Amino acid sequence: MTTHRSPFRWNRVVIYALLVIAAASYLLPVYVLFITGLKSFQEVSLARMWDLPTGLHFDSYIKAWLGSQKEGFRGLSGNFMNSVYLAVPATIFSALLGSMNGYVLSKWKFKGSNVLFPLMLFGMFIPYQSILIPLVQVLQKLGLYGSIPGLIFVHVVYGIPITTLIFRNYYAEIPNELIEASKIDGAGILGIYRHILFPISMPGFVVVMIWQFTSIWNDFLFGVIVTSRPAVQPITVALQNMAGSYIVEWNVQMAGALLAALPTLLVYVLLGRYFMRGLLAGSLKG
Amino acid sequence: MRRITWDRVISILLIAPSIIAIAVFVYGFIAFTGFSSFTKWDSLSPDFTLVGLRNYQRLFSTSPTDRFLCDLRNTVTFTVLFLAGCIVIGFLLAVLLDQRVKGEGIFRSIFLFPMAISFIVTGVAWRWLLNPGTVQTGSSGVNLLLQKVGLGFLRWGWFTDPTIVHIRPESGLGMFLKQIGLGGLASPYIGISLAMISVVIAATWQMSGYTMAMYLAGLRGIPEELREASRVDGASEFQMYRHIILPLLQPITLSAVIVLGHISLKIFDLVVSMTGSGPAFATDVPAFFMWDTTFRGNNFAQGAAIATILLVVVAVLVVPYLIYTIRTEAEL
Repeated sequence: MTTHRSPFRWNRVVIYALLVIAAASYLLPVYVLFITGLKSFQEVSLARMWDLPTGLHFDSYIKAWLGSQKEGFRGLSGNFMNSVYLAVPATIFSALLGSMNGYVLSKWKFKGSNVLFPLMLFGMFIPYQSILIPLVQVLQKLGLYGSIPGLIFVHVVYGIPITTLIFRNYYAEIPNELIEASKIDGAGILGIYRHILFPISMPGFVVVMIWQFTSIWNDFLFGVIVTSRPAVQPITVALQNMAGSYIVEWNVQMAGALLAALPTLLVYVLLGRYFMRGLLAGSLKG
Repeated sequence: MRRITWDRVISILLIAPSIIAIAVFVYGFIAFTGFSSFTKWDSLSPDFTLVGLRNYQRLFSTSPTDRFLCDLRNTVTFTVLFLAGCIVIGFLLAVLLDQRVKGEGIFRSIFLFPMAISFIVTGVAWRWLLNPGTVQTGSSGVNLLLQKVGLGFLRWGWFTDPTIVHIRPESGLGMFLKQIGLGGLASPYIGISLAMISVVIAATWQMSGYTMAMYLAGLRGIPEELREASRVDGASEFQMYRHIILPLLQPITLSAVIVLGHISLKIFDLVVSMTGSGPAFATDVPAFFMWDTTFRGNNFAQGAAIATILLVVVAVLVVPYLIYTIRTEAEL
């Protein structure tokens, strides 16, 4: 803010007007999701979709969460917890693995590591359709098919490229002299990691964990392929099943969608800055 | 000296599990899928009798179904509109935010938050928003909103509209093309599926914040002196953006095209939750066809062929970019 303030000008008004219109259109779907969920069942009609609710009713959320035995559909509560049991351990394993790989690929380069790294990275761009058929077969052989541990395994494996990339770029910023000096002091590879790299890795871990948590929570393809029983399905798969079923009213579907979006939205609101960094790393510009 | 070699061994041991996992689960699996695409495997029990290119030929012919040809048309429609939408909207938003506006952080968060949610949530929400309504219910969703603000003439069927805009063979242009030997262009497989526009709107809503963020980061990296110099030279703001800033942002546009382009080739979740195949495959895409034919129809070899084609197209887009990025990084 070193430049002098410009006097009132019409183009400032235009800029703000455009920004407000854009912001309103981005918020439109959330507005509908939110208000629809708050309406009582009598109030819900397609014709009054945009109208504000007359009072606060949480019936839709409760129904989406608990389901309805009478109407014969499952609530999302169990699946929400499945996603928690899936995303939390998978995120932690992914981050640890990525940190180790990033450490080796940035500070302990070996012959061929410069070829290996791009080969690894390619794994994050492939359409997963090209690995699904053998994946199902192998998971069945390993006894992991149709279970949450199986899904955790899948997410950790296919998370290797992005987590390795983010950590490699993060550790590349740390001067090699620091590592060399510790080597002279007699520290080994694990000692250097534990005492020098790991303590300053927190920002890297935050970026990777937010990225992995968001993508695992939001994943649908692996979930729908690996888990077929409703009781073990993650929330995205359960939400899709709920939305595709004709017995569930659309206000309940909307409430369910908001419930499914809540954890990642919360992470975004609280830690948006780190979310951005993962995003930019995804385009290889770490 | 011993110490260093011992560390070397540990370093290899640390990374070995990941290397093996990628070798097997990415490259080994791709090889298996590629192999399966040349076999007769069309039921639950694997049948590895080789049939040559038959599975591929079927995809590119109109019998027994022209589904894959529709998919290719839809993917082209989707990719072009989605990329154009994200790049234009993302750039405009970034330029607006770059004008030292108050509350920039809030605006930025609003444009970016859809990135944090699942395509499934997006699909469920937009399916209701773009639901055109029926005769009984009257207009609903966006149609209703348009009606309310006096833009009722813009109402239409959204993703329920099966119209394919293409050159009709019997039209004047179609006849002309036929005469000069390009009659093949007048085909419903070379056209625009209007239903796809609904999916594009939802996807652009979700992803345009990403291009906005990339462009904004790029704009912030352009030194203020450059802008000042251009203003001193008497260039208008528009001329400055056109001749100085846009060229400088080209690398970002390239990244955006690659990243969003490969996402659009793989688009799956959004289609599943929003429309499925749509009327007469109007919103069907290869990734959805692959899933449908493989895991619902048990036609594994056919699915493997679609997956292989998808992979090759994505690789053609991504591999040169990957090599280029790593090379430029190595030069630094």
